[in-house]
Amino acid sequence: MLRFTIQRLLTGIPTLLVLIAAAFFLIRAAPGGPFDRERDLPPEIEANLRQAYHLDEPLVRQFGRYLGNLARGDFGPSLQYRDFSVTELIRAGFPVSLRIGALAMLLALLAGVSAGAWAALRQNAASDHLVMAAAMTGISIPNFVMAPLLVLVVAVGLGWLPAGGYGGGAWRHLVLPVITLALPQVAYLARLTRASMIEVLSSPYIRTARAQGLSPGRILLQHALRPALLPVVSYLGPAIAALITGSVVIEQIFGLPGIGRFFVTGALNRDYTLVMGVVVFYGTLILLCNFLVDLVYGLLDPRIRHLP
Amino acid sequence: MPEGVNRRAALLPVLLCCLLAGCGERTAVPSASAGPVGGPGGQERAQQQLLRKGNGAEPESLDPHRTESVAASNIERDLFEGLVLETEDGELVPGAAASWEVSADGLSYRFHMRPDARWSNGDRLTARDFEYSLRRSCDPATLNGYSSILYPILNAEAVVEGRLPPTALGVQALDDATLEIHLSGPTPYFLGLLTHSSAYPVHRPSVERYGEKFARPGNLVSNGAYRLEEWVIQSHIRLLRNRYYRDDAHTSIDEVWYYPIENDDAEVNRYRADELDMTEGVPFRQVRWLREQLLGELRIAPYLGTYYFGFNNTRPPFRDNLPLRLALSMAVDRDILTQRVMGTGEQPAWGFVPPVVNYSGQRPAWADWTQEQRNAEARRLYHEAGYSEQHPLEVELLYNTDQNHKRIAGALAAMWKQTLGVRTKLLNQEWKVFIENRKRRVITQVFRSGWIGDYNDAYTFLQLLHSANGQNDPGYRNPAYDALLDQAAATADPAERRALLEAAERQLLADQPLIPLYFYASKRLVKPWVGGYRPNLMDHHHSKDLYILRH
Repeated sequence: MLRFTIQRLLTGIPTLLVLIAAAFFLIRAAPGGPFDRERDLPPEIEANLRQAYHLDEPLVRQFGRYLGNLARGDFGPSLQYRDFSVTELIRAGFPVSLRIGALAMLLALLAGVSAGAWAALRQNAASDHLVMAAAMTGISIPNFVMAPLLVLVVAVGLGWLPAGGYGGGAWRHLVLPVITLALPQVAYLARLTRASMIEVLSSPYIRTARAQGLSPGRILLQHALRPALLPVVSYLGPAIAALITGSVVIEQIFGLPGIGRFFVTGALNRDYTLVMGVVVFYGTLILLCNFLVDLVYGLLDPRIRHLP
Repeated sequence: MPEGVNRRAALLPVLLCCLLAGCGERTAVPSASAGPVGGPGGQERAQQQLLRKGNGAEPESLDPHRTESVAASNIERDLFEGLVLETEDGELVPGAAASWEVSADGLSYRFHMRPDARWSNGDRLTARDFEYSLRRSCDPATLNGYSSILYPILNAEAVVEGRLPPTALGVQALDDATLEIHLSGPTPYFLGLLTHSSAYPVHRPSVERYGEKFARPGNLVSNGAYRLEEWVIQSHIRLLRNRYYRDDAHTSIDEVWYYPIENDDAEVNRYRADELDMTEGVPFRQVRWLREQLLGELRIAPYLGTYYFGFNNTRPPFRDNLPLRLALSMAVDRDILTQRVMGTGEQPAWGFVPPVVNYSGQRPAWADWTQEQRNAEARRLYHEAGYSEQHPLEVELLYNTDQNHKRIAGALAAMWKQTLGVRTKLLNQEWKVFIENRKRRVITQVFRSGWIGDYNDAYTFLQLLHSANGQNDPGYRNPAYDALLDQAAATADPAERRALLEAAERQLLADQPLIPLYFYASKRLVKPWVGGYRPNLMDHHHSKDLYILRH
């Protein structure tokens, strides 16, 4: 198990380096620079700006400088938000994104798994079809459609919840973003759980358990659910990635001060350091999450950790 | 994140609950001027004088010498006060300076400071602060992207370009109470420039102590009607009234919240949910609907800007091809464009300079024809340029990705097709890609553009097309036009200067290096309980001039 853990951790490092290099050169390859705007800067000012941020150096040297700073945990100054460093921005934005993301994940797991299991137990009944149809709808409606729709009905029309803003994290401000962010994942998890549950329920050892006279509840919770959750767990990695990309849209629409929004405005402004900071930060995070998922997987299914 | 912000953030839910509940009870001291009766209608003012504004993008900084965005300047207008101030009607009145004299040749301004002027920390505000600040604003080390707006000041250009030290700038504090500014040429709009953020004063001890971080909450000392209380990036900026402000007795609003909301649909939703008192913009698609639904809350007014489509005059087919440029311009029905296609309050443009003070906008003779006459002449010119139905012009129209630009580009393509048979290819690009291409003038043929004036004067528009201007994206070059502009810039006599500028615009329109389409309109939703709001040409508003009515 220890070897497995170390191995997985080590393979993450080259992945991360490739990611950093790709992001670093790609964003600089995009036409337009951080100081291009409607109104030209005086050439001397632009030259000074480029010098101040070391953008006048050869690319390779810039890359070396970036890696060196990164190794010391320094993401550099933001090219757009001149009073802040990227580290400060991420430190300010991440708790917001984490809160929304974690709540959405929790909601997705609770609602998705229970709906899926419930549907599996009533396979092909009307309620099963209903749940699956709802799930299909949830997957098909993109959140940039769902979010304004919810805002219009719940916030503008009924006035139950605020239409946007973070409100320092007050629950009223979190409800709509979390629901919108979780919906596609709820739907996906429900379908996943249902399929895997149906498979498990028809396997011989469940029949044996039934034959032994175990109660249906015990069969479901103790014997069926755990193996049925394997695909769900392995989906958690991609789900986290999906939540992160989803949060980019959600934070924009609801005006939440998370790092997804920094990513969008950073890309539009060609704020190289900010975009890089978010990419590196999220890249590391996703690698770590995938690693944790692998570990959990190993705990759930003994066959995995004994693989050579 | 600065220290203390998180602690204050804990108070946010409480405050916001107060907000959402409407006029919750608050123990805050009622504002000095919030008497029982106020406002033009004699309506009662609300207990809680709190203003919540949508503000577009997140400001890049609150250092007035390092910001260029509208978002930042909106907030800085509340935080700082220049020597001169604009009223809500756009008039120039004494700001930090009590009065001034102008020399007979128009080249020297002497400002007399107010003896009672103070910074938000209680320090005295003197002429030396302005001397320091204007030098800092022009110092290339400050990295002020807007420093060129101060070029009328003697030696400013040389200072910005690093050829002279900042101390060589034509600004001098004679003593604490008197400031002299020398200009390099007569500049009738000079006082207007002093309302710009590049001319705001900064508090020298704080700048020297905190360096780049001086504009953060807790560090920032300002001299305007408000002081910076809190800045939660991407969430909000909160200002509280500055009790040391010289005219604090007339301030009504105690607290201003600025929310960065880039998405204008989201902004309208928050406005309709009563989370905002004012928006920064209005989504184009919703203007008609909002006008009917929110009667009187949609405020549309002329705005100092021209929307146009430029020709690339440096390459074929438009280089040296006046008939073709004229034909394409004449074939555009501006009335249909502004009224039918857009219908959002813009005025059709036949000239390049929108209505400004001391100036009559010029228009070509064909502007007064009927569209049928224009179309007939356009067809004649089109043929003269060598095109016909058998050999139609094939042209690429470039715009930055945006629903509104797309609609206008589509309308133009349709009009050209119908009248002349031109085959237009529409091409859109992301903003930064677009401006780079537009500037390079290599792949562009016809491109979208617009220009917002920096000050209320025709020169801010006409100088754009001077051949020496790096932003002359159409690549227009006519020595006669340049000469008229140069002459105007050196002329002190207002009537003579005006005549020269008007002649320059006539020359420009005769050459038609671009197609003026419309003059901008500012659009904003304002709740009926916001008093004192008056739309103005620059769309500049000070929270200190507004008040909240009981609602």
